[in-house]
Amino acid sequence: MFGAGGGTSSYQEIEETDVILLWGSNAREAHPIFFHHLLKGLDNGARMFCVDPRYTSSARFADVWVGIDVGTDIALANGIGREIIHAGLADQKFIDRSTQGFEAYAASVEPFTPDAVAAICGIPPEAVVEMAHAYATADKAQILWTLGITEHHNAVDNVLSLCNLSLLTGHVGRWGSGLVPLRGQNNVQGGGDMGAIPNKFPGFASVDDPDHRARFEAVYGRSLNPVPGWHLTLMFEAMERGDLRALYVIGENPADSEADVIHARAQLESLEILVVQDILMTRTAEMADVVLPASVAWAESNGTVTSSERRVQRVRPAVSPPGQARHDIDILCDMAEAMGAELGPRDPQDAWDELRGLSAMHGGMAWERLEAAGGLQWPCPDEDHPGSPLLHGWLWADDLEGHDPAPFSVLQHEGPTEELSNEFPLRLTTGRALDSYNTGVQSGNYDSPLRFAGLDLNPADAAALGIADGDLVRVCSPRGSVEMNARLVSSLPAGLAFTTLHQPELIDVNVLTNPDWDPKSGTAEFKAAAVRVELIEAPETAGASVG
Amino acid sequence: MADLHFGDDQPTNSERTAVDAVVPEIDAATVTETERLVRGGRSRRQGLRHLLLPVLHSLQHEIGWISPGGLNCAAERLGVPPAEAYGVATFYELLRTTDPGHKEDVVHVCVDPTCAIAGNGELRASLEASGARVHASPCLGQCERAPAVFVQGVSRPDRVPADDDEDFRLPQAGDTGLRVLRRTGVVDPTSLDSYRQHGGYQALAQAIDMGPDAVIAAVSESGLSGRGGAAFPTGIKWRAVADEPGPDKHVVANCDESEPGTFKDRIVCEHDPFAVIESMTIAGLATGSPHGWIYIRGEYPRATARLEGAIAQARSAGLLGDDVAGSGQRFDIELRRGAGAYICGEETALFNSIEGFRGEPRNKPPFPTTHGLFSQPTAINNPETLINVLDIVTDGPEAYRSVGTERSPGTRLFCLSGRVAVPGLYEVPFGTPLGNLIEMAGGPVGSLAAVLLGGAAGVFVGPDALDMPLSLEDTREAGATLGSGVVTVFDDTVDMQAVVVRIAEFFRDESCGQCVPCRVGTKRQHEVLVELQSSGKALSPRRSELIDDMALAMVDASICGLGHTAASAVRSALALGLIGNSS
Amino acid sequence: MSGVATETAVTIRVDDQEVAVPEGATILDACNAAGVDTPTICYGPTLTPVNVCRVCVVELDGSRALVPSCSRPAEEGMVVHTDSERVRHSRKMVLEFLATGVDLAQAEEMGQWAEHYGADPDRYVPGGETMNEPVRVQDNLYIRDYDKCVLCYRCVEACGDDAQHTYAISVAGRGFGARISTEFDVTLPDSACVYCGNCVAVCPTNALQFKTEFDLRQAADWRPEDQTVTQTVCSYCGVGCNLELHVQDNQIVKCTSPDDHDVTQGNLCIKGRFGWNYV
Ligand SMILES: Cc1cc2nc3c(=O)[nH]c(=O)nc-3n(C[C@H](O)[C@H](O)[C@H](O)COP(=O)(O)O)c2cc1C
Ligand code: SF4
Ligand code: SF4
Ligand code: SF4
Ligand code: FES
Ligand code: FES
Repeated sequence: MFGAGGGTSSYQEIEETDVILLWGSNAREAHPIFFHHLLKGLDNGARMFCVDPRYTSSARFADVWVGIDVGTDIALANGIGREIIHAGLADQKFIDRSTQGFEAYAASVEPFTPDAVAAICGIPPEAVVEMAHAYATADKAQILWTLGITEHHNAVDNVLSLCNLSLLTGHVGRWGSGLVPLRGQNNVQGGGDMGAIPNKFPGFASVDDPDHRARFEAVYGRSLNPVPGWHLTLMFEAMERGDLRALYVIGENPADSEADVIHARAQLESLEILVVQDILMTRTAEMADVVLPASVAWAESNGTVTSSERRVQRVRPAVSPPGQARHDIDILCDMAEAMGAELGPRDPQDAWDELRGLSAMHGGMAWERLEAAGGLQWPCPDEDHPGSPLLHGWLWADDLEGHDPAPFSVLQHEGPTEELSNEFPLRLTTGRALDSYNTGVQSGNYDSPLRFAGLDLNPADAAALGIADGDLVRVCSPRGSVEMNARLVSSLPAGLAFTTLHQPELIDVNVLTNPDWDPKSGTAEFKAAAVRVELIEAPETAGASVG
Repeated sequence: MADLHFGDDQPTNSERTAVDAVVPEIDAATVTETERLVRGGRSRRQGLRHLLLPVLHSLQHEIGWISPGGLNCAAERLGVPPAEAYGVATFYELLRTTDPGHKEDVVHVCVDPTCAIAGNGELRASLEASGARVHASPCLGQCERAPAVFVQGVSRPDRVPADDDEDFRLPQAGDTGLRVLRRTGVVDPTSLDSYRQHGGYQALAQAIDMGPDAVIAAVSESGLSGRGGAAFPTGIKWRAVADEPGPDKHVVANCDESEPGTFKDRIVCEHDPFAVIESMTIAGLATGSPHGWIYIRGEYPRATARLEGAIAQARSAGLLGDDVAGSGQRFDIELRRGAGAYICGEETALFNSIEGFRGEPRNKPPFPTTHGLFSQPTAINNPETLINVLDIVTDGPEAYRSVGTERSPGTRLFCLSGRVAVPGLYEVPFGTPLGNLIEMAGGPVGSLAAVLLGGAAGVFVGPDALDMPLSLEDTREAGATLGSGVVTVFDDTVDMQAVVVRIAEFFRDESCGQCVPCRVGTKRQHEVLVELQSSGKALSPRRSELIDDMALAMVDASICGLGHTAASAVRSALALGLIGNSS
Repeated sequence: MSGVATETAVTIRVDDQEVAVPEGATILDACNAAGVDTPTICYGPTLTPVNVCRVCVVELDGSRALVPSCSRPAEEGMVVHTDSERVRHSRKMVLEFLATGVDLAQAEEMGQWAEHYGADPDRYVPGGETMNEPVRVQDNLYIRDYDKCVLCYRCVEACGDDAQHTYAISVAGRGFGARISTEFDVTLPDSACVYCGNCVAVCPTNALQFKTEFDLRQAADWRPEDQTVTQTVCSYCGVGCNLELHVQDNQIVKCTSPDDHDVTQGNLCIKGRFGWNYV
């Protein structure tokens, strides 16, 4: 957002905010401890609007739940923006000083009248007006989102549409007001910060910027490839073309987690060599030519991770790794050495110090400072700097502290790429449940009494298909079909079906999901596939079948 | 606000109707406006929580217990987590959470001392023999007509059999010196006109003319103190509430009357309900509190009906509502029924009970005058206290102080029961000697052995205390208390050991269980007394020390008055030698 | 010792010391500042005081009854006695009372205080009623042994207002019959419980116990002296919760979170609390 890839606010701020838009996020289950902070905010009197196709457990805490159709977020955001402008609630002073592109934006949202938005999103028009007024007139307001916004073919546009709202109202860069992307996974923030993005070096330096590159080349002692790399989706396209023939996978399970996973597995099969480094025997590892057992980073090795509020904290070894498992850093360095390269320090602290020399925002984070409980929030440029609970305070400085004004984005509503049809009349969306995590590689190993794997269906849809609670059904998308048990959920809107993606060994959900992806982020449209559901007459145990 | 999770138990149609009667679906905590828009959230849920006890009452009344399905329905409608709703339901004696297996009325028979003396055992046996579903109950507030019965109806109104065949007559009927009881038994309690003919609503008119400050000043100068047990100066309380800013303030009439031996509030509410309403209204205007609440114990169906009738008539006459009697001020009253819990008479427990939480007292400070009902400033008074205000307003503090003692001005209601010739409610000036009061009631029956002053929370005094003037200062000096005005008389035929064991059992049963000294102390105290009773021996020094040790901890470290007083009757009985000697 | 006076400090006297504490601090805070050790049971640093156990009472000049130090705000000029005859008596009685009905074998701190104050639970009527509850083992994550429950309300607070807002458990019943319970005592898997384990983390008596600990104790193999505790960060969502991994024989045996960490305040979710089995 406006030039730095991190949430603008600290968790503590939500305890003091007045209006919360929780958008495409079931934080109650996906980010439970963040939700504790949010609950304090509600206890302190904040009002919450929850925008989500499903009436989730988070939505149950909201003053108003707005159940939009899957993939219509931009239309709603534009509609809210239009209403704010028309009601005269935009913060014109902030817009004039701190933003650019307002006129074009204002013109672009003009068609999104409450009625038009209502028609696109499937919600009452008053909801648009109510949210607009609540958000714009609040003293402090935050917008939070998760994968409901980003697992779409237009993920980045979705995010930008929310940023627009904060620029319209000045709800950013101040304590209690901000934009908060809740990271779906541990250390996604850290991974990005450390340059695990195809076009970035650590600290968000650009691979294709010669000046940036030169800084890294000086320390690494070698020239660096100026061409940005591929993200995962591009890699699969390259495999398909035959341009990518060897793959080294570290701590990922694409054989379960990719959208349209049957296709993805075929691509992995076609590789000449697949090397997998992981802590557990995942499905991807089972396919590999070579498996490198790794230690569990957070419980068996030393290092740092970075949370959604840009907080860098230490991880430490509590147990020693079993058998032949080794630390990731050792495996990588040895691998490099075998190939004749020297990767630099192996000791986590030395590696950290190297990073501090290269990434200004980490410069002040001495290892000893991180040892203390709580860690530090970036940017933290020098050792006297206390860390930064909130970002973009410059938006409120008269001279913008030398920054360019923050740009509005002009965005069009497109809707899910896969349209519903007679053949595939139901919208399938996927998500996470409290007790589980991603493909369940780690979380599947404890006895959670909460675990449920199956398809949630609206009772009316189910009745029309002759399906009763607990029946075994077949779910078919244009890409394949999967069997699972149905659960009737009256709070799920008609036309929508939902399943989690945690237990691929039981239910191979990504057989169904749509691989269309966002060219700006590489994320696939996990959240919106078109499916058909059929009752399987003779119930047996659920399992996956490749169709 | 919670992760609301409801089990599979569904309500029956009649349970759903019972819930609908209190909270219609459109007022539920979460409302589906369209399939795509649901309204809920914190403030909405908080706003409904106070309906929990009424909903539970409704369910109990409908089918005779609160079933898992019924509880789910109520909890979902109100947005209350079912575990909490269960915690509330299990707090009250009148609410059942296990299936009784029948749909018959429950006949509550009092087991407290006065009724025990009056032969509740035989009554109980005969009721049981006739097939009634009998349930042992603590004092039912009908000690003057012991042994007492209360019938809790299932799908039928609750009733008190004694109400049917009783032509009410006050023992002091015709005594023109009466103040609080002046209209009782004279006025038609169901008629506002009749109340007006007997001088009703003159005080309100005068109070409006005087203005809040002058009313509070008069109450302060009168020296009026609380009649609910703690004897706190009413003027100070009202002043404190009046001084709090903002309109969200409350006046509460505490009609929970459950102190064993007390029945005065029942009689006053049944026979002079408009006086309670009028005096509450004066309190509301004086303290600037628009919200009035009556909390009445669940075993008082007739008093409840009369108060409800009075509220309705006052409302339609413009004496309650947005503009009270042309004053331009708002005051209205909601009535809430208790459900069988002595502790809910404790003011902060009462607030929790109204708010839909377990009736557990709160630690003080903060006090109700700043953090009362819904944590807002609240003036809570006993109805007897309130009714005194009428004369203070009309006659002035000087006239008010013309009876009683210097430090205890005015009159006091006393509930005489047990071994006296004419049990009943008596009003006498403060300072009247105990013996005179008992003589007014026709004197003791049999040879006087002891008098319990102040109820279970009070103390026993012996025949040598008959000269003691009944004033706050004199009783305090004697180590006794007037409490809520209980005078229970025992003669030498009464098994005092059994009486004291029952008092200990009462506290054990009625402790809310929140704080350790009282939860465990009342339990162990009872065990010691049962041991003493069954041993037939004298109290050993070791046990005597234990009783004293427990008592001191309860007095010193309990949260509320229940724990503070749970040992006082027991210890006074030991000190007087009523128990503890070998028999 | 005396605290640092700030602009909004209040000064109170604890025994023979003057201490200054910030406005809003409790008498207990003042006792801590004065270096006076105070027993507590229902108090928890992350919980709103419910002041029900009464073991922390102190004598306050001008107050008839003793006052609970954990909840009573310190006010300028208060004079507090923490070791008077009355204070020692009430503290002793609270500990003694609890010991008469509850299995306190695993409540070490309470045991130490009971000894300190000379509590003698054996002097009561033999055969007195006790909690008398079976151990509830209803899943593989944690157990509830209400024979050990002192009804401190901490679990209820942690499950409810003070952290989790799930309200799966409440106090049910009244008086000596009061118990921590789900609605109609349904099993935990049938209740609203989401297995955050936050109740377990605050239980002072081990009435709530992680199943791993329970099993090891059953096998007489629970050896705290052989355990290490390592602080690290949870590997699941990106919130950054700190974990304390308790390790015995190179096996994780339980997982807690530090009370004083401002992200978690001692709380975790089911994944962080129990999701370490694969390590
Ligand atoms: C256990 C207990 C029960 C009580 N029950 C009653 C009651 O039934 N009625 C009442 O007026 N006060 C009762 N009180 C006293 C109230 O807490 C409170 O002091 C009183 O309602 C204040 O009104 P007053 O000032 O007019 O007396 C009780 C107190 C305790 C500790
Ligand atoms: S003293 Fe008894 S009744 Fe009062 S709060 Fe304590 S346990 Fe409850
Ligand atoms: S584990 Fe969590 S949800 Fe379950 S009872 Fe304990 S605190 Fe409540
Ligand atoms: S289970 Fe533990 S935390 Fe809960 S009340 Fe009992 S002792 Fe306290
Ligand atoms: S009604 Fe039985 S003692 Fe009062
Ligand atoms: S610790 Fe203060 S009352 Fe329990």
